[in-house]
Amino acid sequence: MKQHGSRILTGTRIRERRLALSRRQADVARAAGISAAYLNLIEHNHRPVGDHLVLRLAAALDVSAAELAEGREEALIAALREAAVRLPDDAAPEVDQAPELLARFPGWAGAVIALARRADALERQLVTLSDRMTQDPYLLTTLHEVLSAVTSVRSTASILAEGGEIPPDWRARFHANLDADSLRLSSTAQALVAYLDSFDTQGAIFTPQEEVETWLAAGAPPVEGAGDLASDAARAMARVHLRQMEEDRAALPDDVLAAAAADPDPLRMAARLRVPLDLVMRRLAVLKPAGFESAGLLVCDGSGALTLRRPAPGFPLPRPGDACPLWPLFQALASPQTAIATLVEAPSGRRFRTLSLATRDQPLGAGGPVLTRAQMLILPDEAGSPARPDLLIGPACRICPRADCVARREPSILATA
Amino acid sequence: MLDILMIEDEPNIAEAVRFILTREGWQVGLHPDGLGGIEAIRSEKPRLVILDVMLPHRSGTEILAELRGDHDPGLAATPVLMLTARGQASLSLPQADAVLAKPFANDELRAMVRRMLN
Repeated sequence: MKQHGSRILTGTRIRERRLALSRRQADVARAAGISAAYLNLIEHNHRPVGDHLVLRLAAALDVSAAELAEGREEALIAALREAAVRLPDDAAPEVDQAPELLARFPGWAGAVIALARRADALERQLVTLSDRMTQDPYLLTTLHEVLSAVTSVRSTASILAEGGEIPPDWRARFHANLDADSLRLSSTAQALVAYLDSFDTQGAIFTPQEEVETWLAAGAPPVEGAGDLASDAARAMARVHLRQMEEDRAALPDDVLAAAAADPDPLRMAARLRVPLDLVMRRLAVLKPAGFESAGLLVCDGSGALTLRRPAPGFPLPRPGDACPLWPLFQALASPQTAIATLVEAPSGRRFRTLSLATRDQPLGAGGPVLTRAQMLILPDEAGSPARPDLLIGPACRICPRADCVARREPSILATA
Repeated sequence: MLDILMIEDEPNIAEAVRFILTREGWQVGLHPDGLGGIEAIRSEKPRLVILDVMLPHRSGTEILAELRGDHDPGLAATPVLMLTARGQASLSLPQADAVLAKPFANDELRAMVRRMLN
């Protein structure tokens, strides 16, 4: 498919170049050592063009072979198609004509791609800022502080302005309160401005879980001295993760897993190795053996709160504390010890094979609480399964463009598609 | 017996509200924390509770829910005015008799309390 898309473009470009030189098909064909009829088929993208023939045609057309068959074409076509997928439903660009658009109007195609990328970047920034505005505990606390001070100032100032008898000691107290509250307002406002200024820093990390996830993505270097672990809470969480990873590795060593990963089915892997499936899923996401290089893993507790997010490339993840209620991860909570395999599709059109499993544990014995934990292994569906996806999922309602989703719990801040 | 018990952790707001309402002739008591809030209501049995939503240790909504579930039906039915920093539109408080968003005008407070006590 890739080869075909590339050659279609090359054929169109050959034709464009020949017409630009006002040369006849027969002349160019003769110079390249092929028949005019064959060149005609090539120019109309009905025949592939081999590398040697591209070189001959390039010489005949006085142009470099790279210009006729540029390697970046596929990426640009993919970018054009991705831009088309993100358009609202009522916009219907001719997606199958993306190669033609790129070949005939490379400037316009570049502009579409640049605009789509700019929109993506702005969308990410919007999501980040929105997350901060609605979930950031520091911001919420600071705004509450401002509101409290304003309330106090307004009520106290009104008391003094309303007149009437105010005993001297009360009057003095109110003046002192006004002074204290105005000072509090002043310092809080300054802190708020400084904090909002920091929003310019893209991708800033501000929760212990995000610190840990960044640390894990960096390969989990030693906790002491790890720059990504800025808070005590993050360091404590990181040590728990390290302990779990060490236990997992002892139970399922790297070489054993790498050999077993020749089988793409984690369930069969677990059965053959006689180890628990949840262990295999965790180890695949950490070791990423051949065939599982892009594996991601989500873990949640019994309340559905995500406790670990190892992202798979392209899988839509929101900030900690938010999730899509349709993720199979949460379905697994309802049926522990049963693996659920689901093909899901993200709003970008990318598909992922997921495997979800919930386990239960009673660490304090029979009388203790039952702890449920679910894991979802995420694998990009690179084979391009022709089957319809089982589920259309998103990142989280607030940043999901699926307007008519039955699981929607709040409006999206994004333009609906 | 108190007319009004105010549970509010911001001392300057509490002082101002107490002064405003005391000047109207009502007896006003203060409790500064979510902790012990329900016990203060049970012991004082006020005619009206003014309850801040965001309190340390125990939120106003938790105190309200416990009050409404009290085994003494008279106490459970005590009128409650909630003070919220979030605005009435974004916070649903069906168990409250009235909600006043901060910051508020003193006249607004007086009128609301007068209506609830009468």
